[in-house]
Amino acid sequence: MSFPWAKEYTPQHPLMRYLDEKLPVPRLVYNAVGGGYPVPRNLSYMWNFGVLAGFCLVLQIVTGVILAMHYSADSTIAFAKTEHIMRDVNWGWLLRYAHANGASFFFVVVYLHIFRGFFYSSYKAPREMIWLLGVVIFLLMMATAFMGYVLPWGQMSFWGAKVITGLFSAIPLVGEPLQIWLLGGYAPDDAALNRFFSLHFLLPFVIAAVVILHIWALHIPGSSNPTGVEVKSESDTVPFHPYYTAKDGYGLGVALLIYFAFVFFLPNYLGHPDNYIEANPLSTPAHIVPEWYFWPFYAILRSFTADFLSIPAKLMGVLAMFAAILVWFFLPWLDKSPVRSGHYRPLFRKFFWFGLIPTMAVLFYCGGAPAEQPYVMIAQLATAYYFLHFLVILPIISSIERPEPLPYSITEAVLGKDEAAQLEPAE
Amino acid sequence: MIRIIGILAGLFFTLGVLLAFFQGTSEVITNGEFKPTTAEMVYHKHPKEVEFSFDGPFGKYDRAQLQRGFQVYKEVCSACHSLKFVAFRDLQQLGYTEAQVKVLAAGFQVPGVDPNTGEATMRPGLPTDHFPSPYPNEIAARAANNNAVPPDLSLMTKARHEGSAYVYSLLTGFTEQPAALVKRFPEAKTPNGLHYNPYFANLNLAMAPPLGADGQVTYGEGNPEPTIDQMAQDVAAFLTWTAEPKLEKRRQTGWAVLGFLLFATMLAYMAKQQVWADKKKKKAA
Repeated sequence: MSFPWAKEYTPQHPLMRYLDEKLPVPRLVYNAVGGGYPVPRNLSYMWNFGVLAGFCLVLQIVTGVILAMHYSADSTIAFAKTEHIMRDVNWGWLLRYAHANGASFFFVVVYLHIFRGFFYSSYKAPREMIWLLGVVIFLLMMATAFMGYVLPWGQMSFWGAKVITGLFSAIPLVGEPLQIWLLGGYAPDDAALNRFFSLHFLLPFVIAAVVILHIWALHIPGSSNPTGVEVKSESDTVPFHPYYTAKDGYGLGVALLIYFAFVFFLPNYLGHPDNYIEANPLSTPAHIVPEWYFWPFYAILRSFTADFLSIPAKLMGVLAMFAAILVWFFLPWLDKSPVRSGHYRPLFRKFFWFGLIPTMAVLFYCGGAPAEQPYVMIAQLATAYYFLHFLVILPIISSIERPEPLPYSITEAVLGKDEAAQLEPAE
Repeated sequence: MIRIIGILAGLFFTLGVLLAFFQGTSEVITNGEFKPTTAEMVYHKHPKEVEFSFDGPFGKYDRAQLQRGFQVYKEVCSACHSLKFVAFRDLQQLGYTEAQVKVLAAGFQVPGVDPNTGEATMRPGLPTDHFPSPYPNEIAARAANNNAVPPDLSLMTKARHEGSAYVYSLLTGFTEQPAALVKRFPEAKTPNGLHYNPYFANLNLAMAPPLGADGQVTYGEGNPEPTIDQMAQDVAAFLTWTAEPKLEKRRQTGWAVLGFLLFATMLAYMAKQQVWADKKKKKAA
């Protein structure tokens, strides 16, 4: 499954030789993230975010498991328990701020990872399966983050839960009973809080399992790279360790500096003040908004304000919001251009930088704004472009575009023709 | 095939949202405005600019100010507002000694159980008790306050945008309702029993101005004059502490963490440069 020149694990110490025979975990690690995994030598810093996302998952599980030791999912005391963590548990404030901001940080990293994938068409064969598993991870993350936000049982927790579970009531015929069944009642209360807590604890481990599949699938074709040209010879690659462990170590340092600046100096900047008010089913907040990482999709949900082909507006919004993510599953087959990297696709590149990116920024902004004009009409135009981009523009440009000439190899792209000629085997 | 279905699905959502767009736009054009102007949109004010000792990444609480703010809470706010997440023992962080905290706690009556009869009773507070609520339950709070429950203040400065400045602005912001407002929005006239305050989200709140006159609270010697402005600042500072008692420890830890990380990241950068030295394009000689 790897390149023929991948270094083989050779245990030196008798104990390691014994272990290698009985349970070759060190060999697995060596081949996954050690010297035994050859990686293209030209990866940019945009390729740091996979490792960073893995780090975030571990960070969230560790802080989350400890927080769970001090929390109770009882709607009468959940809010007070959160304050107990903030005030009475040793370093509890740090755990909670690290976990809450860790979720935000996780989404920043994953969004960058996904948009790296968009620009470099990382979803294309032979890496479709990696991409599909990645979208599954993203969906699981969204579910986990949503349920986690409900646990402190503040006003936004409660009303967010009410709005999001209310989406299910838009489904024809079974919607209302389905919503009541999911919540365990007519509105979020103890039953909902307990099952959200249970699932919020479970899903990260499901994510971890899918992450293992994601990495496994990655190791079959190997990592993509900024040129989109596949690896041809040994000089195109470097072993993961020490080259990318060193580079990821530096990337992790920079990322942690930003993350801890938020945790220690702006811990509530990314949250909503209303969540420091205890949940009150009788008092609706003026503006119900989810956490920032859901804003683009929340904007799409709210953009459908009119019935269409006798489909109620609410159902249209729900369908569109789910479709907005599900469309990512089909990217490997929607984009037929044989060239992967956006660097060599002039038309694709224009639509990416001047179409998709501004659209996401506008959707993000409008999703956090109140559901009023002019935000709604702006979001509607952006939503229209969003669907056109993935479902119409991308398939069309992939067949009409004339890509720019690709370098012969990764080595040539990095070192230039002359130097590359000395390293590469003659054809 | 998948691309044809994709294009159809794309057009479906695009047309659906464009229809909604044209409906919305035509409404805006007919109305001649994005949304109806309300009194809140015109008269609501953002919190005032006010400086606190804890502003900025190096800011610290001023213990004397927190003690003054606590005094204002105790003598004014606590008549109606609870502070349920704060325990008396926490007051030691304001610079009170253990003995002083014991005395302060004993000054509050908290619900207890008679050790002989087992009946519900009231007893003097202990340092381990939390601040007692001024009302036995929500119904009592409503009954005493014209059907408006005075909110708990423990987290107030984190539950509002720019919370410390908000509390200060609200306490000093009560005014007569502008005549121009009532003229333009007759339906927004402050109802009987409510009080006009432009810093409050919907301009009218149930709370009467709690700080009515300079010198309402008597500060000990060596403290500034207890003007309304000073008392409002002090209690806003105190409520910032009740909402975020670990602020100083958080910032102190933060600087140590960032310092360490900066150093570690520099080392990581140098290690990365060294590891990669032989893989870079050689500079033209």
